[in-house]
Amino acid sequence: MAADLPPETLQAIDGLIARYPQARSALMPILHAIQKEQGCISLEMQEWAAAQLGLTPIQVREVVSFYPFYREHPIGARHIRVCRTLSCALNGGYRVCDAFKSAFATELGEVSPDGRVTVEFAECLASCGTAPVALVDDVLHENLTDEQVAAICEQIKRDTPARPAPPAPDNA
Amino acid sequence: MLAVPKRTHIHPLERRILLKHADDPQYDVSIDCYLRHGGYAELRKAAAMPPEQIVQEVADSELRGRGGAGFPAGMKWKFLDRKSGKPVYLICNADESEPGTFKDRQLIHKDPHQLIEGMMITAFAIRAKLAFIYIREEMPLGARILEAAIAEARRHNLVGDDILGTGFACDIVVHRGAAAYICGEETGLIESLEGKRAYPRIKPPYFPAAIGLYQCPTIVNNVETLCNVKHIVALGGKEFSRIGTPGNTGTRIWCLSGQVRNPGYFELEGGRHTYGDLIYRMGGGLREGRALQAVIPGGTSAKVWRAGERFTGKLRNGDPFNWGIEDVPLDFDGPMAAGSMSGSGAVIVIDDSADIVEVLANINAFYAHESCGQCTPCREGSLWMRKITSRMVGGAARPEDADLLAAIGDQIAGRTICAHGEACAWPTQSFVAKFRDKFTAKAGEDPERARSRSLRLV
Repeated sequence: MAADLPPETLQAIDGLIARYPQARSALMPILHAIQKEQGCISLEMQEWAAAQLGLTPIQVREVVSFYPFYREHPIGARHIRVCRTLSCALNGGYRVCDAFKSAFATELGEVSPDGRVTVEFAECLASCGTAPVALVDDVLHENLTDEQVAAICEQIKRDTPARPAPPAPDNA
Repeated sequence: MLAVPKRTHIHPLERRILLKHADDPQYDVSIDCYLRHGGYAELRKAAAMPPEQIVQEVADSELRGRGGAGFPAGMKWKFLDRKSGKPVYLICNADESEPGTFKDRQLIHKDPHQLIEGMMITAFAIRAKLAFIYIREEMPLGARILEAAIAEARRHNLVGDDILGTGFACDIVVHRGAAAYICGEETGLIESLEGKRAYPRIKPPYFPAAIGLYQCPTIVNNVETLCNVKHIVALGGKEFSRIGTPGNTGTRIWCLSGQVRNPGYFELEGGRHTYGDLIYRMGGGLREGRALQAVIPGGTSAKVWRAGERFTGKLRNGDPFNWGIEDVPLDFDGPMAAGSMSGSGAVIVIDDSADIVEVLANINAFYAHESCGQCTPCREGSLWMRKITSRMVGGAARPEDADLLAAIGDQIAGRTICAHGEACAWPTQSFVAKFRDKFTAKAGEDPERARSRSLRLV
């Protein structure tokens, strides 16, 4: 089976395997690479990853299903993760999350109607001294106020084209 | 240049050793900057020392692990199985995930070469074949900073093949997690690094120092612990042990968060300060018009303290003590004597605006989410504790809930493979014990009022 990955990603994956004394250790970085490229890790790509490492598909799927960061279904173009845990919650983390959800008319874990974002809660982002915090893709936003959340949402709407999801098939 | 914001105000009570340069606005993460500040001198020094002597210096320093358990680092290293002839691995635990903790974040993002130097000295000492940094997925910038720093160090012959012309070879691999708290448990981390679910291993009899990564002897140390190694080599173990107090040598980076005026991280000499100093002098105390309700002294898994409670007893040397929260020494032993633990050094302040049942509900949601599912008491129990506390917060509390919660907690702790059992049980056990009146009063709460609360924690 050929993977639908760009040549540089395929090359990087070969390099990843070589970094470890045992090939199986490269599974998590390979899954990271696939998800970064494709937005999620399909069952087909899990089988492909298994073949690269001499594993059975279930050995890959048990890893994908264990770690909260890996996903089998696509999310919105931008990934907003609001810290839910105690120090952030004590400083308004839930309000921050509500503000993100309402700005994109979405619910937790769903793709927003405009396709721009998925808002999720994260469990402790290890920045409790600057609570409340949120990760937008790879960027940490700290000491969030209502104004900052609004500004981040505006920025996302400017930078990220809407791509509404196709209507769900009738037989869904 | 990759950079994070600096905290320019450094409190006068701090004694900065690990964070000496971290918040200097002129200091950056490049190797040139690190070398300008005398970096890698200790690696050169260590490379000329017999490995056993480095181990002895770390033992002499009495450095205790900074990840949470406080186990003496030198003793851990001495447990290494050297007879098997198998390769030895070094793992830096950078999975910083205990709620309230954000110290390793500072060390990784602001002074990565200090960590790399500490790791390479450790690698020399234990003759590691290969080293890993297991960094949590939620620190993508940290991973990039470390990758770039390791590449620089490799170009300078400080990491990789033939380090400093000694013939010793050890590379560092940055391995990113995928948002699972349990990977901070060292055997769960090892399983994860092997490409599996992070199911912690049963120990004893075999600890990672005997059977670890790929069934080979492995040392797993926290970021802050490894950064200290550089300074132990610089000063010598005996001299290092004069910083702080016996049993609490060196400095520790304490993380203050929650409902306090000036949250932040403070590097403090061991045993020289109290929780009162941290919360009131450094943290500026409670916010306007607020009173203290509770303090969690060492990450959310630590047992809670209720404002106003007194701790009495005898210290190990026989001296009696009678402390309020503010008197408890800020070290490993003080919180232990006061029935809790300093854990990862994460102090969370809770004022009287928070509903204490809801605080526990928030904590329970965390541990239920993070249970790996291997052991029934933890998998099921953490979920039940979450469900009960969430129901109580939602206006459907029952008079028997306090007893029910305590009973569930009592059936988890001590009955699981790893310490996650204790981590999820201790909050429930201690919150119910210390705040029984509030848990009992919940049953009479008006459901409408419960739903209309202003500060939501679940």
